[in-house]
Amino acid sequence: MNYLPLLLIRFVLATVMIIVLALVSGRALADSIRLATTTSTYNSGLLDYLLSHYAKVSDTGVQVIAVGTGKALKMGENGDVDLVMTHAPNAEARFLDQGFGIEAQGVMFNDFVIVGPEDDSAKVSAADTVTDGLLLIAASNKRFISRGDDSGTHKKELQLWQHLGTLPTFKGYLESGRGMGHSLQMASEMGAYTMTDRGTWLALQDKLALRLVLESDPRLINSYQVILVNPTRHPHVNIDSARKFAQWLVSSEGQEVIGNFRINGEVLFVPAAKPPAR
Amino acid sequence: MNDLWTTFSAAIGQLLSGDPELWGIVGVSFSVSVSALLIALLPALTTGFMLAYFRFPGRWAAISVLNSLLAVPTVVVGLVLYMLLSRAGPLGDLNLLFTRPAMIIGQILLCFPLLVAMSLSAFQAADHRVLETAKTLGANPWQAFVTLLFEVRFALLAAVVAAFGRIIAEVGSAMMVGGNILHHTRNITTAIALETGKGEFVQGVALGIVLLVLALVLNVSLGWMQSYSRVLRHGA
Repeated sequence: MNYLPLLLIRFVLATVMIIVLALVSGRALADSIRLATTTSTYNSGLLDYLLSHYAKVSDTGVQVIAVGTGKALKMGENGDVDLVMTHAPNAEARFLDQGFGIEAQGVMFNDFVIVGPEDDSAKVSAADTVTDGLLLIAASNKRFISRGDDSGTHKKELQLWQHLGTLPTFKGYLESGRGMGHSLQMASEMGAYTMTDRGTWLALQDKLALRLVLESDPRLINSYQVILVNPTRHPHVNIDSARKFAQWLVSSEGQEVIGNFRINGEVLFVPAAKPPAR
Repeated sequence: MNDLWTTFSAAIGQLLSGDPELWGIVGVSFSVSVSALLIALLPALTTGFMLAYFRFPGRWAAISVLNSLLAVPTVVVGLVLYMLLSRAGPLGDLNLLFTRPAMIIGQILLCFPLLVAMSLSAFQAADHRVLETAKTLGANPWQAFVTLLFEVRFALLAAVVAAFGRIIAEVGSAMMVGGNILHHTRNITTAIALETGKGEFVQGVALGIVLLVLALVLNVSLGWMQSYSRVLRHGA
């Protein structure tokens, strides 16, 4: 049994090596930035597409954390990321006013759409405006999946209900608490309506038993901004590389890449280095 | 259920084609969970041994707390760790949030109570004469500990397999403190959660197969080792 202590020593050495390796591998990239962004840009595949192009012009590794807009802004506020790309104008304005972020720039826009079951039992497609459509769903007490996660899409949806002057308290109103992709799949499985950004809808529609029932209401415009985390508040952020990436996004080159991103021939995001005039 | 079969066979195909992204994700899972297990193992066994063989005030309280910790949900561990490691938290200066070491710490916290509890019962079930014999033969406490470890090695192996199973399959803590960053902190379980959200079930199924095969291999080899040792003993 003399070999056991030897084994233990080897075991301890191996442990130490693994810890060192794990620590090193986390920082293997010479230069990297962390971007907190929304599930809509990630689940649609846009981010992967953008980053594969950015990798050709820059050595900076961009680590993407895909969460809802509310959480992304919170990560920026805490200094846990270097920059954010989100789509909730009011929350972004607050974020800037409170000094958490700097140099906000419009990157692109698309729009939200309402999708629902194939038979459209609430006859939403007959509605002229999005608010009328939502009222029809509430009045017929059909199921409606809300993101319920403080994301940009969720904030937008709540604004629309607020505009109607009612709170969505009908029995069919369900909060998924999950990302756009998961929520669309829930709606598909349950035969429910939901509001989604057009990008995620186009990316996923082939896999869903849903159809587009309402679109093209000016209220449904969805614009994305990139914001740097304020380095005065969080001196450790990689401000130079974050700024370079943000500038590339709004440069003619980055804008062209965004415009070229298509699924089934359809443009998902419209480049808009200046936010759309609405 | 033609769809189910198509997905399943596509998943097998993806595994066999050696898709680097897929196997990279598997690699993250393994490096994180094996590191966590190795780091936690020795302290946990020592703690289990001390709880089994020493009587001290607060011993029962310690055991009760440990047993309750067995039931702590992984998301709670993730949440607490997130708050500690965030830049806004007390350990923010370590710059560990959204890194593999953060995932390792989370998994250490998850497997430590399990290892202690299972090794404690292994030590308690061991024949007390082993320790007494070792002491009579002049063994110091360290040698006695090592002797006992050898005596209950199969029960300890079962503890290790159970602990590994818990942490390689957990998603709550890994998602929260890892952030699911591709090539860095995206592991098997967080990737499955993400791919399902994208409606890409193939990669999810492929990764699920890896987890299932792993569980099977671990348990079959554990069973084989146990029966092999019995044969040896009866043969001797």
